Amino acid sequence: MRRVLVQAQAFDPGAELARLGDAATGGIASFIGIVRVGHSEARRVRALVLEHYPGMTEKALEKLAEEAQARWVLTGCTVIHRMGRLLPGEAIVFVAAASAHRGAALQAVGFLIDGLKTNAPFWKAEEFEDGTREWVAARAEDEDAASAWKV
Amino acid sequence: MKILYFAWLREKVGVAQEELTVPAQVRTVGDLALWLGQRSAGHAAAFANAKLVRCAINQEFAGVETPIAGAAEIAFFPPVTGG
Repeated sequence: MRRVLVQAQAFDPGAELARLGDAATGGIASFIGIVRVGHSEARRVRALVLEHYPGMTEKALEKLAEEAQARWVLTGCTVIHRMGRLLPGEAIVFVAAASAHRGAALQAVGFLIDGLKTNAPFWKAEEFEDGTREWVAARAEDEDAASAWKV
Repeated sequence: MKILYFAWLREKVGVAQEELTVPAQVRTVGDLALWLGQRSAGHAAAFANAKLVRCAINQEFAGVETPIAGAAEIAFFPPVTGG
């Protein structure tokens, strides 16, 4: 089972996890990314606006999920990424992997979220409380995390 | 050839996409970025720092040296920041 979604609307992590559980599955590992308010008191984030490349995004996420299923024996794998305007506290990304054994599920989730950060064409803009808006710059650490998996 | 722009590249160029006939001597992604950079002040600003520009040919990531011959859709955008 492979489920890849790019959507504006919120997702239900409980329902998504339930989809992955069956008698062949020994365990499910997951990661949920949440929109942060930011570090700076003076410039609190009011919203995050996500742009993406329709068509390429879905392909890139499919490829990543396929790669996870080729590397680990998984009974299922889910990747959901939201786009559009999101508020602090909202879930932005959901990644889960199910397997007969915990090692495969946990590693696959790490691979998926690290790979997604550098391989899926999404761009975040932060909208601050003072009304200004800025594109988020890419982080070198994300590049390092992804290359550790040799994606 | 369809050229697409995303995020701040789109904002600097001023359009999300344009249909262009690219001269034959423009062979690679790098050549195309230089050629596009000469089209307007907005394009020049978008392509000013080559280190901050990434590319995809037919929806697959492509490097500076990748040939563009036969491409239907080429996109330029900043390093990705999803997740």
